[in-house]
Parts: sequence; C-alpha cells; structure tokens
Amino acid sequence: MEKAVEVRDLTVAYRDNPVLWDVDLDVSSGTLMAIVGPNGAGKTTLIKAILGLVKPAAGQIRVLGKPYQEVASSVGYVPQRGSVDWDFPTSVIDIVLMGLYGRLGWIRRPRRKEHEEAMIALEKVGMVDFAHRQISQLSGGQQQRVFLARALVQNAHLYLMDEPFQGVDATTEHAIIEILRTLRSSGTTVLVVHHDLQTVSSYFDEVLLLNVRKIASGPVSDVFTDTNLRLTYGGRIAIIRGTM
Amino acid sequence: MEQFFDDYTLRTVTLGVAILGVVSGGLGVFAVLRRQSLLGDAVSHAALPGIGLAFILTGSKAALVLMVGAGLAGWLATSVVLLVTVNTRVKYDSALGLVLSVFFGAGLVLLTFIQRSPDADQAGLDSFLFGQAASLVLEDVMTMTILGGLSLVILIVFWKEFKLLIFDPEYAHSLVLPVRRLDFGLTTLLVIAIVIGLQTVGVVLMSAMIIAPAAAARQWTDNLGTMTVVSMIMGALSGVGGVFLSASTSDLPTGPIIVIFASGIVFISIFFAPHRGIAWEQVRRRIQNRRLKSEAVLLDLFRLAKTHETLEYPHMEAALRVIHPRTGTLRRQLRGLEEKGLVKMSDNGAWALSQSGIKVCQELMNQHTP
Repeated sequence: MEKAVEVRDLTVAYRDNPVLWDVDLDVSSGTLMAIVGPNGAGKTTLIKAILGLVKPAAGQIRVLGKPYQEVASSVGYVPQRGSVDWDFPTSVIDIVLMGLYGRLGWIRRPRRKEHEEAMIALEKVGMVDFAHRQISQLSGGQQQRVFLARALVQNAHLYLMDEPFQGVDATTEHAIIEILRTLRSSGTTVLVVHHDLQTVSSYFDEVLLLNVRKIASGPVSDVFTDTNLRLTYGGRIAIIRGTM
Repeated sequence: MEQFFDDYTLRTVTLGVAILGVVSGGLGVFAVLRRQSLLGDAVSHAALPGIGLAFILTGSKAALVLMVGAGLAGWLATSVVLLVTVNTRVKYDSALGLVLSVFFGAGLVLLTFIQRSPDADQAGLDSFLFGQAASLVLEDVMTMTILGGLSLVILIVFWKEFKLLIFDPEYAHSLVLPVRRLDFGLTTLLVIAIVIGLQTVGVVLMSAMIIAPAAAARQWTDNLGTMTVVSMIMGALSGVGGVFLSASTSDLPTGPIIVIFASGIVFISIFFAPHRGIAWEQVRRRIQNRRLKSEAVLLDLFRLAKTHETLEYPHMEAALRVIHPRTGTLRRQLRGLEEKGLVKMSDNGAWALSQSGIKVCQELMNQHTP
C-alpha cells in the first residue's frame, strides 16, 4: 500500500536533550491516525519535523513518497490555535485565503475564484456567516474551525492537525469529526495530535503512542491496549478507556 | 500660511517630515503587529556609530552616505540581537537592551572623537542625537523619498507574503514560502524606514515614529490595509504638525515636538476610538449596567407575582424597595420599563407586569438556567 508518511530513525534534539528519539513511522494513505502521548512526548515536534519546521538531528522523512519541499502544496497544516495572535487586524475569510497563498505564488492577489473556494471551505466548517467577521470576535471553537477551513481550502492529500479538539465546544467537535470522516472517505490521510484517550477508538483507525520514543503504532484495536498505554504514560496512569 | 509658501526651507522640511511620517507609519504597522517595536528602538540607537564611522571613513556628510552607514550599523545590531538570543540563554528583551546601549555608547564615543579632531568639518553630526529638521535640504528630501518610496513599493508587492509572515510564520513555512528571506526583507525595510528619519527626529526618539502612528491606527480599524493607510496619515500629520508648531514658536526643537504630536494622537486614539477606545468601553459598560439593573427589577416583579394566582398581580413600589433600596433609581427604572410596555401602573399606584413583560421574564429565566 502507498505510504502517505514514512519516518525513519528520526531524532530531534533541543540543547542535547532528545525530544524525539529514533522514531520510525509508516502511515498508509487514507488513514485517520491519532498521535497520543503525555505532555512533552514530542507529538507537536513530530508534526513539525514532517513539515520541515524543525530540523532533525538524524533520520529521514518522506511525505507522499517525496521530500516535503516537493509536495508541500498537497499537505495541509492545522497548527494549535494558541500559536497566533487572534487580535490581528483581519477577517475570517482573509485567514482562509491564506491557505491559497502557496498556490497563488508571488505578487498575485486572491480573486473571485479564490474567494469562492474560501467560502466553500467555510461552508464545510459551518462558518459561512462569519466570513467577514473580525477574527478577534471568534470563540475558541470558531477559531479552530477557521484554521481548519484554511487547511481544507488547499485540497490537500495529507493533513497534519495539532490538537484540533483542544478546548473546543461540542458543535466544533462534531464539525471536526464530520470533516475527518469526509476526508477519509475521499482517501485523504489525516494525522491528529489528540489528547482525549476516551475518544481515540471511536474517532480514529490507527494510533501512534509516543513518548520521545515510539511505543507502538498500528490499528487502534491492536495497539491501544492497557499495557501500551501504561508504557506510554508511565505507571501513574489510571484511565478508564471508553468502549464507545 | 503665506509665510509657509514663501519659505523655501520650511517647505522642504515639511515635505521631508511628511515623507518620513508616511514611511515610518506604514512600516511601523508591521513592526508593531510583530511585537518588534523595541527592535526599532535598538536599530535607531545602533545607527549612531554607523553615522560616525561613515563620516570618518568618507569625510562626507551627504545624506545617502550617512544613511548607508546608519543602515549597516542598524542591520548589524539586529543580527547581533538574533545571534545572542539564539546562541545564549539571554532573553530577547535583554539582548535588545544590551545591543542598544553598547552600540549607542560606541556612537557617543565616536561623535566625541569626531568633534575633537581639529581639521574635520564636523559641525552638525551631533544633531543626529535629537534630530534637526531645519537642516534638511532638498537633496536630503530626495534621498528620503527614493529610499522610502522604494520600501513602500516592496511592501505593497509582497503584501500578502508579509501579512502571512507576521500573522503565522510557521504556517507560511509549511507553504514553503521563504520565511527567512521574507523576514530579512521586512527587517531591512524597517531599518530603511528608521534610517531616513534619523536626521529629522534623531536616534533617541526615532522609534516613537515607528511605534506611535501604528499603535494609534490599530485603535481605529480592524483591517490591515486600512490600518496601514491610517498609520501613514497619522505619521505624516505628526510630522507636519510638529514642524508647524516648532516653526511658529522659536527655539522649540522639531524632533521632540513631532514625537509629542505623535504621542498626542496615540493618547486620543486610545481614549476615544470607537470599539477599542477606553471612553467607548466605559459608555458601553454603563449602558450594559443600566440594562442589567432594569432587568433585575423586572425579574423581581416576576418572582413576586409568581406567588400569586396571576402573573399580572400588581405590587406596590414599597414591596420592591425592600430589594432595591435606592428609591430614585427604582422609580426611574420602573418608568423606563413602562415606556417599553413591559410593566404597567394600576389605579392604586401598584406595578404589574404586562403580557410582553411576562414573556421577556420567561425568556430571561430560560437564558439563566440552560
């Protein structure tokens, strides 16, 4: 099966401390995969390494069979919404249009066609009515959906989402799940940094358990076991895994 | 006014500060939104040794020569700040302070050295400390116009890339935009904006011309393009206003007056701008308070009536006064509610909810108990 992401022997270090250590990962096309692990496990770093945002100390990464630079336009990134200043003076649709900057290239401005695409993306996340709203007026869940729309407008083959469910309302959570399922049915691969262990088995096909080193990865039913979770989170964990 | 059109020097100076205001106002927006306001301060202070060295090496006081020196020194300073932050545990603000004072100190030493050297035609270099608008000649203004105009054109050409860079650099990187080169470009434009103002406003106060118009403009709009234009206008206004004020009153230094003008605009904007202004916020809060209070009175009538057979059961004001002791306010609120048709006064002076008042109360109760 074709691989959407291939990571070999990836090590990322920050001031001599390994953040990721010797991680191997294969993600098949069309998979919904959760990346799970405690704080400081290197989940965000893994996503950033795949995107070329952090330099690995060692290892290779191939995305859609090629180096990231060559396929960047087919990869959509949804960063943590806390990573930007939401008091920035601009509107919702303007943020979504940013997803098309790579395709537009230099100097060209977004035109009617791009605006229509942005509106379609906003429609998918249920934010059409907010298109011309100032972004500082959005709730956390709405901010998250705007970021999602910005990635969706790219029509990517691979999506990397950093904690999209973090602190969002029920409406947003449902909207995101709907989008994840639509993406999967169209053969798109999605990697999601996820915190809520209760929902892993109901939302995702596969899971990567990460704590600096890879603990396990594969189909949720095989990998998401008490033993592996204890290995990931250390002995302290006392979670009741949902069977929903 | 008449004097202005006759006075060649004043015209030149006015043109110069207007251009300086437009350029620093425009680029200041990007510096302020990136939280790099203090970088501007470091760059302008660091420009001083550059000016000194440029003069020592070339013996020329031409605007372009000194600006190149200032620009290179400013650039060196930002690079040092970056190097220090990346390679040591010194934090960004400390690195800025460090670089600013070291460069500025070196600049003062150089200026003193130049002033003491007997054969040099050194007069006027120390005016770079606090600026001397009156020393602007047409040639200087031409240099400022070309450099400033060029940087504004570059800003417009790469508008969307710069916008994405300051809003979300990591996302820009994920789209494989050359983030580092864009960053380099934007910082260079900022350095140019600072350098062209040094002769007029001086190294000590120049950063105010970067920060003030942008900070003021942010208060009036929620659109980056509009904010940039407003900031340019405010920059030009402060410049021109400052020149007029100092020209009409003898012995007032132009640079500081310009900065005071700009600060005045910031002050007005922070207080009186709609939506974001402090005054506006106060008014909104007062209206909100009044609404909450009259809602409370309405709900109290509702609760009192609930204990009776009909929700329209009237109560005397005295019964309400137990809960709302300030008589004057209570009566005013009852009258207000009466005007809206939510309550009515019966013949014996007792107050009762109307049908629409009851409806409003039920909706309010639903809101509060979701």
